[in-house]
Amino acid sequence: MTLIKKSPTAIKNTREDTIFNIVTIILLCIVLLIVAYPIYFVIIASISDPYMVLNGDVTFYPRGFTLDSYKEIFKNSQIWTGYKNSMIYTFFGTILNVSLTMLIAFPLSRNYFSGRKFITGILLVTMYFTGGMIPTYLLIQSLNLYNTFWVMIFLGAVSAYNVIIARTFLEANIPLELEEAAAIDGCSKLQFFFKFVLPLSKSVIAVLVLYYAIAHWNDYMRGLIYLQDEERYPLQLVIRGILLETQVQNMDNATAEELTDMFRRTKLAEAMKYGIIIISTVPTLIIYPFIQKHFVKGVMIGSVKG
Amino acid sequence: MLLKKKKEQINSESVTLAEKKSFKRRFMIAFNRDKELYLMCLLPLIFVFIFDYGPMYGIQIAFKKFSGARGIWGSPWVGFEHFIRFLEAPQFWDILKNTLYLSIYSLIAGFPFPIILALLVNQVRNQKFKKTVQMMTYAPHFISIVVLCGMISVFLHPSTGIINNVLKSFGFEPIFFLAKPEMFADIYVWSDIWQNTGWGMIIYLAALSSINPDLYEAAKIDGASRLKTIWYIEIPSILPTIVTLFIMRTGKFMSLGFQKAFLLQNSLNIESSEIIATYVYKIGLQNGQFSYSAAIGLFNTIINVILVLSVNQISKKLSGNGLW
Repeated sequence: MTLIKKSPTAIKNTREDTIFNIVTIILLCIVLLIVAYPIYFVIIASISDPYMVLNGDVTFYPRGFTLDSYKEIFKNSQIWTGYKNSMIYTFFGTILNVSLTMLIAFPLSRNYFSGRKFITGILLVTMYFTGGMIPTYLLIQSLNLYNTFWVMIFLGAVSAYNVIIARTFLEANIPLELEEAAAIDGCSKLQFFFKFVLPLSKSVIAVLVLYYAIAHWNDYMRGLIYLQDEERYPLQLVIRGILLETQVQNMDNATAEELTDMFRRTKLAEAMKYGIIIISTVPTLIIYPFIQKHFVKGVMIGSVKG
Repeated sequence: MLLKKKKEQINSESVTLAEKKSFKRRFMIAFNRDKELYLMCLLPLIFVFIFDYGPMYGIQIAFKKFSGARGIWGSPWVGFEHFIRFLEAPQFWDILKNTLYLSIYSLIAGFPFPIILALLVNQVRNQKFKKTVQMMTYAPHFISIVVLCGMISVFLHPSTGIINNVLKSFGFEPIFFLAKPEMFADIYVWSDIWQNTGWGMIIYLAALSSINPDLYEAAKIDGASRLKTIWYIEIPSILPTIVTLFIMRTGKFMSLGFQKAFLLQNSLNIESSEIIATYVYKIGLQNGQFSYSAAIGLFNTIINVILVLSVNQISKKLSGNGLW
């Protein structure tokens, strides 16, 4: 699908149109600025002198270049445990998600499949009607999954929305004729799935991997509700503690020296937050330019039939 | 083909008994043919049944007096006691008001932006500039909710945040934004617009790109200006997409953001930041009143389902467009 339209050049732009074009460009530049500036600011703030950042001396470019806050972050073992955990959850979770999604999407994409309507219905219900937080919590407890690795990858393993994306793709790209031809050659449905469907679905598998992986990486709800041990916390839960929980410190009977030290550390902690935002977003930031078009494709496929 | 012939044969027999039998037989034939496909569905369906439908079984505790020792099934029924308690609770109207206010505000403020942005981006003829705008505006969508809320709290910090630094440099008093209940909804909604406008635009861009080029040419020959082209060609063309997305959006009407409200909440802004979802979490998981909190959660879900169904019906009547 291309976004390029041929504009007839025979008729010249009127004056009104020229003004319109200029206004459009200006508006979009403002949008760009609003979107990009907060992100840009976090980046420059994370590599500037903390005191200058906190005093408001850093606005458009980094000042007093230093990597102190990163050094401080690298010393924090909690963050690294969180990083490791999130990597593990994301890796295994995504493998499970994508396998299950492709497995169910293929039968649902066959228009002759007798269970198609019924099973699609079962999935669609889950998009609008859920058991809710407490019943889910009780279920996890009764299955003895509370505070385990498994709850992080089993819960929400099949997303109805992603199944629809995969199904729509397979409907359009795996023709029934191919299946018939394979069947004549003695290929069973399962063999067909592994030998033909999967290799032909690379692009939709890429979309699914990205959707699920980002969801796992950014997830903090599951950790918050179903995990108890801090050693199992995913990164998002760890950084939430640092970014958003205000520490209450005991200021009574502290000496003047201790007070200045405390003050210094609070300031550094405040400045460290910029670095933490960057560190936790780096995996997504690095891959984002390469994967952007896959994401967009996913939205397009999914939009064909909500 | 064979199946079709058989179907026709069977259909020609008009005895009800035979029809019943034939349905069973037809199903068996189809099942035999599709059994491998059923097998493939099996594992995913097991997950769906356990983790999506399993909790639905637990919904009954909303009508029971749940005790851990007796389990879900063994706990005694109490009817609508928990619902009545919630409706009569002193916090009820505040929580409902906050939930509705946040939802309506996000919907009204947030819904038009992606459409406007898509129409603007669609006007751009310079492909490089267009790509840059798209790339940049999609990016915030991938920032996690924790990081977003972290950014909000860092930017709005009363003594060191950039916003207050700017205010101070212009001689204004610093404002502790997150401590002001009256500002909570604005922060919530506008940060959401910042994060998701670009992403929301994708579908509209796709719809715009599928407009027949002949229409543009005809409009140009008739001397329509760019603005008129937008009004008479582009907006009507993407109207079905707008309606569909609007219905889908209402489907999420009441379920929006436990995460964000919870993360931005503090004891100072609680009077406007307490919504149904955060209240469920507090009552249920922090205070351990499972039944009461399940009832509140169910109340929320039901309002949501009713909303989707009615919006879908209304839109079917008005425009012939619906989700199902």
